[in-house]
Amino acid sequence: MKTITYREAINQTLVQEMERDPAVFVYGLDVTDHKGIFGSTLGIEDKFGAERCFITPLSEDAMTGFALGAAINGLRPVHIHQRVDFMILGMNQFSNMYSSCRYMSGGKLKAPIVVRAVIGRGWGQSCQHSKSMHSVFAHIPGLKVVLPTTPRDAKGLLTTAIRDDNPVIVLEHRWLYDIEGEVPEGDYVIPIGKANIVRGGSEITVIATSWMNVEALKAAEVVQRKHGVEVEIVDPRTVYPLDEETIVASVKKTGHCIVADYDWVFCGFSAEIAAMVSERCFKELKTPVSRLGFAHTPCPTTRPLENKFYPSAVEIIRMVENKLGLELADLRGEEFYSYENKFKGPF
Amino acid sequence: MFLKSIINEDDCKKRTAMTNIELNKELYKKIYLMRKAEEKIQEVYYTDVMKTPVHLSLGEEAIVAGVCQALSVDDQVYGTCRGHALYLARSKNLGAFYGELCGKVTGVAKGKAGSMHISCPESGFVASSAIVSSTIPVALGAAFAAKYKKSNHIVAVFFGDGATEEGVFWETLNMACLKKLPILFVCEDNGMAIHAQIKDRQNYSIPEATRSFGLSVHSDDTTDSERIYSITEQAVQDIKKTDVPHLLHLKYHRYLEHVGVNEDYSAGYRGQKDDYADWYARDPVLFQREKLKLLGIIGDEIKLMETEIDQAINESTKLALDAPFPADSELFKDVYA
Ligand SMILES: Cc1ncc(C[n+]2csc(CCOP(=O)(O)OP(=O)(O)O)c2C)c(N)n1
Repeated sequence: MKTITYREAINQTLVQEMERDPAVFVYGLDVTDHKGIFGSTLGIEDKFGAERCFITPLSEDAMTGFALGAAINGLRPVHIHQRVDFMILGMNQFSNMYSSCRYMSGGKLKAPIVVRAVIGRGWGQSCQHSKSMHSVFAHIPGLKVVLPTTPRDAKGLLTTAIRDDNPVIVLEHRWLYDIEGEVPEGDYVIPIGKANIVRGGSEITVIATSWMNVEALKAAEVVQRKHGVEVEIVDPRTVYPLDEETIVASVKKTGHCIVADYDWVFCGFSAEIAAMVSERCFKELKTPVSRLGFAHTPCPTTRPLENKFYPSAVEIIRMVENKLGLELADLRGEEFYSYENKFKGPF
Repeated sequence: MFLKSIINEDDCKKRTAMTNIELNKELYKKIYLMRKAEEKIQEVYYTDVMKTPVHLSLGEEAIVAGVCQALSVDDQVYGTCRGHALYLARSKNLGAFYGELCGKVTGVAKGKAGSMHISCPESGFVASSAIVSSTIPVALGAAFAAKYKKSNHIVAVFFGDGATEEGVFWETLNMACLKKLPILFVCEDNGMAIHAQIKDRQNYSIPEATRSFGLSVHSDDTTDSERIYSITEQAVQDIKKTDVPHLLHLKYHRYLEHVGVNEDYSAGYRGQKDDYADWYARDPVLFQREKLKLLGIIGDEIKLMETEIDQAINESTKLALDAPFPADSELFKDVYA
């Protein structure tokens, strides 16, 4: 196995899938420029030509419907957005068209579409470049929603997404592109709907999405060192369909559950997990399910407020301590992640 | 000098000598301020005190200065993430400008908006947005409100050539013409959207296509702010008289990278700097400075204007750097009214 970055894993996957299946094509704003969507699309146009890799006008709504038309006619579009926030200009197509296309055709049509979009953060990305929206997309029946965290996830899940006969939305956190990790070469798939136990532990479960896995890992390391407590981290990886079994098994084992979601809390994915865990693990739960997420505000630009807006390892540590009745550890001297100090891996 | 041949002497003669001089001084101050304010950002950005992506206005100064000079204080403007020039054209509060870029409590939005969403509602720069085209229909609603309230104001909305590719742009044009709303569309066409050339994105001509909706359209590639002022002044009068929405299609050259403080010709996506020599020869600041000289304003007087602006920029930047960040509690303020 080779150690590669998240961006390389995505690039490699696109190349492999385009080589494997001539119906796969890649398009979206900026996909052919010298920056290549954080490097993830570099070289694709050169390799496959402008028919299979091209930019579009700034017309997200139409370009979203365009994928559906291509898909129901046998092609496999991969539509890419620099930010999730731009992708939602196609919300009508996602919620009214993609979602119900198969159902309303009585199962005659299928829409194998992948929409990749970047979740922004840091350096004042602010309110219109930082949304994740996975809770909103997953709310709509007919859409699948995937948040790969590691380079391995990126390859395995994107491959599966491209081969899936349904619309799959793949949300990639901007800070993950630099992360390195071991990735199997050649054909490699991870089923959609299978959680990943990022770290084994017996005393408390943290369900984390996307970047929150990095924060949770840091928190688990600190908690282990300061308190000798083993935190189990479960990354659902796919929001819908959801791997309930892995989550339930973990919480039944530990009796405590924290959901650290990279999204707003209210009406969000964390509420879904909390409800599910409460129903299925009611007897085993020693404390109520706790949730962490964005502050219930638009994302501010200025750094001090932005830091308050996002949940971090510190809040996870404090929540673990609180739930387990531990004394608050002295966190002075601990180094946490920031825009300037990003996690580089390996996982 | 080269400007003699470019400057439209007829335009100059139309106004009385005095107003003409005052107008051109005013325009020069605006353009010079825009240029120097951005250069200040270029100077300090590398120290990481402005943690906000910046889409600088270098090259487009004449458009924003000229259009805004022809608007009254009660006319509203709406903008994009490339909004610094618009702010500086409408607001005198430089401290709140740099405060915002530095994320300080003295910022016009207490640091919450940063560069990409900067505005100054109290000066009529009501909103800007970093989602391409999204203020265009908002300006439509503002124009509706102006008409509804029988105020005699108009609304000007600034956007790039790329924004015209969004459906909402055309939907807005239709409604504006249908309802005869007092709106001025200002398309700042730099021929680029990030790194993509217009020829790879558009299969229409902006003036022709927009004209077919029933708007009055004026195209120009001048860097003469006075000329843009005159065009706008005429457009505003027409809008008020005829109820026909107008669109100004104004070309310029973006000097820097799409976002950030550097030149990026070396990236190769739009040729080399030399390919744009014509634009640099007609640079809006140079142009206007030469024009002042032609109008008989002596170098000392120009220097005085410049020094005053330089000082204001330096002082405001220093104040912004020294100002405190907003308190944590600010995060939860103003989410709801
Ligand atoms: C809806 C949407 N799509 C894509 C983007 C990313 N983006 C930011 S600026 C920009 C180019 C805009 O070009 P134009 O409208 O011509 O304005 P300019 O940057 O040239 O001033 C793009 C594509 C965005 N912010 N919003």
